[in-house]
Amino acid sequence: MKGTHANLSKEFITTSDKTDWHNDALWFLRAKRDKQRDTIEDWEKLRSTAAAIKDHTLSRLADYLQTFEENALQNGMQVHWAWDDAELREITASILRENNARSVVKSKSMLTEECGLNPYLEKEGFDVVDTDLGERIVQLRKEHPSHIVVPAIHLKKEEVSDTFHEKMQTEKGNADPGYLTAAAREALRKDFIKADAAITGVNFGVAESGAVVVCTNEGNADMGVHSKKTVIHCMGLEKLVPGYKELAVFTRLLARSATGQPVTVFTSHYRKPRPDVKQHIIIVNNKRTDIYTDPEFRQAMRCIRCGACMNTCPVYRRSGGHSYHHTVPGPIGSVLAPFYGKEKNKDLPFASTLCGSCNNVCPVKIDLAGLLYKWRQKLTDETSADTSKKMSMQVGSSILKSHKKYGMVTTAFRWVPKSLLQSKFNPWNSKGEDGKKARVFPEVPGETFRQWYKKRQK
Amino acid sequence: MLVGLFVPCYIDQLYPKVGKDTLEVLEKVGCTVVFLQDPLCCGQPMANSGYEKMTRGYEKPFLKALQEVDYLVTPSASCSSHLTHHLLKPLVGKEELSRVRELTEFLHDVTGLEKLKASFPHKVGLHLSCHGLRGLNLGTPSELKVPHYSKIEEVLSTVDGLELVVPPKADECCGFGGSFAVSEAAVSVKMGSDKMKGMSMAGVEYVTATDMSCLMHLEGVFQAENSPMKIMHIAELLNSEEGGSGNQ
Repeated sequence: MKGTHANLSKEFITTSDKTDWHNDALWFLRAKRDKQRDTIEDWEKLRSTAAAIKDHTLSRLADYLQTFEENALQNGMQVHWAWDDAELREITASILRENNARSVVKSKSMLTEECGLNPYLEKEGFDVVDTDLGERIVQLRKEHPSHIVVPAIHLKKEEVSDTFHEKMQTEKGNADPGYLTAAAREALRKDFIKADAAITGVNFGVAESGAVVVCTNEGNADMGVHSKKTVIHCMGLEKLVPGYKELAVFTRLLARSATGQPVTVFTSHYRKPRPDVKQHIIIVNNKRTDIYTDPEFRQAMRCIRCGACMNTCPVYRRSGGHSYHHTVPGPIGSVLAPFYGKEKNKDLPFASTLCGSCNNVCPVKIDLAGLLYKWRQKLTDETSADTSKKMSMQVGSSILKSHKKYGMVTTAFRWVPKSLLQSKFNPWNSKGEDGKKARVFPEVPGETFRQWYKKRQK
Repeated sequence: MLVGLFVPCYIDQLYPKVGKDTLEVLEKVGCTVVFLQDPLCCGQPMANSGYEKMTRGYEKPFLKALQEVDYLVTPSASCSSHLTHHLLKPLVGKEELSRVRELTEFLHDVTGLEKLKASFPHKVGLHLSCHGLRGLNLGTPSELKVPHYSKIEEVLSTVDGLELVVPPKADECCGFGGSFAVSEAAVSVKMGSDKMKGMSMAGVEYVTATDMSCLMHLEGVFQAENSPMKIMHIAELLNSEEGGSGNQ
């Protein structure tokens, strides 16, 4: 299959010179995260507490959602419920139409990415400008984010320079990050002034106050929210926390886990609309209840989208986010993706060595490797099988179950010439693009342990 | 103490010396060792590929062995972790599960290290295999903020002359990952090659680990890239008596 993780990652590794650079860039974030971890004495306790808070909140999710809605309404917010991606798109478009808004500035939101909001709004004739720098870059290039926190991490500054030159007429070849950022900033300021409405994502919804909390490093959410008369916050229904006491646990964990900052530059609390402002919160399901009602996978709903599992994942770092062909890449993405299409995402739970590093960095202690293992068992039942893999497993399992067959294979194995075992017919002997050997099968010893042991007994 | 030795399929077939060395090390520390003839495989190759269901019946010889021996020991953290976390977990109690041990863990926790005697005067790089580290808690993984310990380093400190190097990113996965090694060969080999570079920068002659599967993958990469580094399973180091070259 063409678009599988195995093929897309191979392409990233062999046809671009980016693998090592990408690996180092993400590892830099992991190392920064480790440094921040060390500044908090009770780090592990903080993680356990966060997991427990999320589990508690999820166990009473309906109650907390209702409390949240009541409080938000009382504050003068308008609350909408979107069952799926289509409803989110339609509700958003109708709010914009009702308020005669034709252009929108948007702060970062993986939820709207997941729901395909931008292409829909554009098709409906709205202008949408992503205002997070990384997201703006991928938007200009008509790409998708390759990471949920650092969306343009797959791009080198030279590529950004080319894109900006083409779309914003910056100097050709000038790849100075300061210059490019200033150019983007200047262009975005104009977009902020021009736009009719602002859309934001949501990091946390506080049930006890009905407020939404948005964390950014660029202040771009605030610039939209504070200057527009029509404001829409799009929130996944798993974003709730009971109150501010609980929120504090997550604001301590989020930026430390994500980028190794003690806290994001801006942590904005939006509780009450200013006079004359119509402020909306759209609470979105889009299959979250499917995850919620599956007892094995419910813990995936704890996720606060920090991206730490991506930064640490040795596979993600080397294969790039786009190789996961799903909105959310990396370990948590591979856990979520099959809920959005088992057949098309059946390869993703296998795009992991199950090394478990993701489990250990996850601030809400999701057993990511365990859930990937579970998906593997389910997907081989519930999707069309890879026939050659299934057959080799069937043959393998029957040999390893029967002493008679195992003995026969032991003998036969020793008849196979080394040249054949180390040839291209053995898939173990991987080759690089240049045709050079990349991994060689070991030499088969004349005697097995079992044979040696038998002799030793005599 | 009666120990049942489980030699995993790929060690039996490809690295019999690791089985022999494990047997001799266990005898050295005073155990009576019986080789478990019946179990051939823990089922992990199928289970990690999504075919746990094909390993029904694999548990039987292990359950039988657990009734006959005090401990079931194996020189593979990955197989041990599969037995205790998957194959046997739903079938036996905690106490019984704790009698299934990986070699290093068994030496460290059960027999003690006093009787270990070996010598291997070389610079050896430690690769911290994932399932041993994060599955069996043989040491502290770099992600967690917990007081440092390493059962592997303690066990290897009994080997005379051995200069152990724990290079940066020692606990990053080598890229083996079972059928991942073949189905995702490009990433797998890239990870192995990066591991090789790290070890090579640390200037080691040998790379060791608790798992022959990681080492088989690394050996394949070393060979393809003509690296002079060699692989040695921990059991081989613990049973070495030589000063330099007689280990092959």
